[in-house]
Amino acid sequence: MINQPIPKRDRKPSSDLVKPLDIPPGLVETCKKCNERIDKKQLVDNLWVCPKCDHHHRIPAREWLKLLFDPGDYEEFDSNLYTVNPLNFYDSQDYRDRLKSARLKTRLDDACVNARGKIGGMPALVSALDFYFLGGSMGSVVGEKVTRASERALAERIPLITVSCSGGARMQEGMFSLMQMAKTSNACGRLRQAGIPYFSILTDPSTAGVMASFASLGDLIIAEQGALIGFAGPRVIAQTIGGELPVGFQRADFCREHGFVDIVLHRRDMRKIVTRLVRMFTDSMNRALP
Amino acid sequence: MSKMDGLEFEKPILELEDQIRKLEALSDKTDNSLKLQIRQLERRLLQITSKIFQDLDTWDIVQLSRHPQRPHSMDYIRTLFTEFTEVHGDRQYRDDPAVVTGLARFDTIPVALVAQQKGRDIKENVQRNFGMMHPEGYRKALRVMEMAERFRMPLIVFVDTPGAYPGIGAEERGQAEAIARNIREMSLLKTPIIILVIGEGGSGGALGVGVGDRVLMQEYAIYSVISPEGCAAILWRDNAKAREAAEALQVTARKILKNGLIDEVIKEPVGGAHRNPRRAAGIMRRAIRRHLKELIGIPLDRLLDLRQEKYRKMGPFTVGDPTPTHPPD
Repeated sequence: MINQPIPKRDRKPSSDLVKPLDIPPGLVETCKKCNERIDKKQLVDNLWVCPKCDHHHRIPAREWLKLLFDPGDYEEFDSNLYTVNPLNFYDSQDYRDRLKSARLKTRLDDACVNARGKIGGMPALVSALDFYFLGGSMGSVVGEKVTRASERALAERIPLITVSCSGGARMQEGMFSLMQMAKTSNACGRLRQAGIPYFSILTDPSTAGVMASFASLGDLIIAEQGALIGFAGPRVIAQTIGGELPVGFQRADFCREHGFVDIVLHRRDMRKIVTRLVRMFTDSMNRALP
Repeated sequence: MSKMDGLEFEKPILELEDQIRKLEALSDKTDNSLKLQIRQLERRLLQITSKIFQDLDTWDIVQLSRHPQRPHSMDYIRTLFTEFTEVHGDRQYRDDPAVVTGLARFDTIPVALVAQQKGRDIKENVQRNFGMMHPEGYRKALRVMEMAERFRMPLIVFVDTPGAYPGIGAEERGQAEAIARNIREMSLLKTPIIILVIGEGGSGGALGVGVGDRVLMQEYAIYSVISPEGCAAILWRDNAKAREAAEALQVTARKILKNGLIDEVIKEPVGGAHRNPRRAAGIMRRAIRRHLKELIGIPLDRLLDLRQEKYRKMGPFTVGDPTPTHPPD
């Protein structure tokens, strides 16, 4: 196990790894930031990063599994947990209807996907949030899944990686959502006590309930460049202080400069660096064994 | 109390109180007819107050939780504890006046205290930042919690905040990290923890000092994942729907107890804690005494297991068929 050479597949450029089956030629997408029209195939090959302005477009949780795990070498688990709508919540729209359309759109049970597989040949767990499912918000199911992934990491003594992409707690589950912050943070605490590596990847956006719990508790915190990261949303802050916010406020670089993010990465480098870290920490754990 | 400080639904109560005060001012010790009238009015006052407080809706309770006359943390601390000694600062950046920390005795037992503190007037509220903590406040609180752990002092926390402060400095100094760390550490802290939610439990800002073996809420306190106003603005796109949002979010102590997310509701005197702060404190004293006695009797390992199990179970879900991965089209 120790000092194994890095398998050859890791040297492949990562852009080759997240390739959809086939994209008809001539499809065009518009960059959400620079508004340039980009050939869809080129955008997908570039991991949904705009080739013109480097804007990192949000990608669904399952794309993150493809991006992080060795190709084809992972399996989802706990993909059948459903919220019970504990508050019978209704607002301008019925929560059940919001859930239904989110499930149809994302093909997920809720806003979190758990998977176990190999990263750089080493077993690891990934718990990734999906912004396209009600803004990646954390309700009871997301909290349960992150906690289960963490408990599995603890039981198997393998690294845990979370990928955050969330506006915070899920309002429609009220206090149940808030308590997921306690549940997940406690799970992170147990990992920490047991010396199991936990890496938290922050993508755009990572704010509020998620940031004020598990996403801030990684042994290492890795942010995608340009990601909005913080506790309060920028609009709330602007409203509170009654003024303009500084340029770059709450972005990944800002958070690194203030000491709350370890590494800021371009999406194309994510796989390489995460693989390196998983291998380093796993090697070290194996060395420490008697 | 001036009439100005009352809530709309309290008006009949305030008017009766005013009348009683006026009669009392008129009467001298020998005037029995006035005395009789006063006694009648007092009886009527109690009836009306009971009636009004039986019919409170969620929004009324939200307003009570923020009542300008509602007793704050320090009011309870002065009444319930002896030898209170405040300690200041996070040893890193500054002292956050939005949270009071210190040591005191409860029934002769040395305890550590963490208390979110709102101001009574504008000047004090500016100083206290309306009870909205900065990261250094959470770090000051953690410092005292860890000290409590080292010296086996039970930790007692008063929660009363609209939320953690959303400002530039707060973000620069890691508001999210400070809260996350506190939540994690409180869930593992090796000493008994009692949380008392006495006014507003404002989301992560409250939970950042709010993880414990017993979480008790006063009858007219609220606890919510987001302020009703904030929720209305987002989900209804209309701030005026705060009343509906408060109802839907189930923010009252009774609802939250029913949902199994807190351990007990602490009764308040008829008319709310602000109508009889002494009595409110007395009821709270008995609750703290009972829970503290119980918690001190539990071996520490067991206490930590119980605390963890309690939070681990929160959040219902069902296990169903996996969602089909591939769209049918």
